[in-house]
Amino acid sequence: MSVCISRSESSLAQRLVVLTQAGLPLVEDPWAWLAGELELSVESTLDLLKRLQAEGAIRRIAAVPNHYRLGYCHNGMTVWDVRDTDMPRLGALLGAQPFVSHCYRRPRRPGWRYNLFAMVHGRSREEIDSYREHLRYLLGDACAADDMLVSSRILKKTGLRLSPAAR
Amino acid sequence: MDDLDRRLINRLQLGLPLVRHPWQVLADELQSSARELLDRVHNLLEDGVLTRFGPMFDIERLGGAFTLAALSVPEVRFDEVAGQLHALPEVAHNYRREHPWNMWFVLGCASEQDLSDTLQRIETLTGLPVLNLPKEETYHVGLYFPV
Repeated sequence: MSVCISRSESSLAQRLVVLTQAGLPLVEDPWAWLAGELELSVESTLDLLKRLQAEGAIRRIAAVPNHYRLGYCHNGMTVWDVRDTDMPRLGALLGAQPFVSHCYRRPRRPGWRYNLFAMVHGRSREEIDSYREHLRYLLGDACAADDMLVSSRILKKTGLRLSPAAR
Repeated sequence: MDDLDRRLINRLQLGLPLVRHPWQVLADELQSSARELLDRVHNLLEDGVLTRFGPMFDIERLGGAFTLAALSVPEVRFDEVAGQLHALPEVAHNYRREHPWNMWFVLGCASEQDLSDTLQRIETLTGLPVLNLPKEETYHVGLYFPV
């Protein structure tokens, strides 16, 4: 939890999550609808949204396409073993590539040497292979080993939900 | 899908502006009307081209504990173990990936304690060791699929 979000703001934010988890109503004045639900003025509602967006609690208010329907059927989790000291620079570098949707540092474990993860999406296997090649080129000597774990089946996809206990 | 649908999908992936009349601003940008855009978003959701329209929360900032984890499941037990994980409400996503670690899943729990209990429960249920890889740093999150 960000230290900048006060307790009352955080409880408002959680009500907002519950209200809009399934989506924002498709009405011409969505802020007026939200304001009514939150029992705030429209101005306060818009200010709240702006603050939460500035804090990063809301990334954006956006459409999520079904990427399979748009032809992006291939995804690969590329994993890299990079020098820890180079991590901030290299993480930012991989994350800045337009075909990388998620980029994280994760721990090494016994039997798992990779500490940098970048998810790539494409319309063909060749396309994601070429993205992996490009990332490998960008990392150069700073990377000791890499792999790409291609997804072959979705076994479950319900998405993250705010759990009842956290509300 | 026509040209306006495509421009609308691309534009809406970047986010609705936080201004008093956001749909009017988009309508001006795309040379359409607010009503027309709303109808089109409705239809794109109905058709399943869009899966959702709304605030994209960084849910982890709003409480809870999360991780990415993997199992190396023997082929003969793969479907059985997939079923065991499917039944757990804490499992948000689960993918088969072509690798010795062949099952990758995301856990969302109310607290760190719940998370560690859930990891333990998965090990007990499946009899397999879990590779637990919580994120330590985020460099980028942003899906954008131009059409």
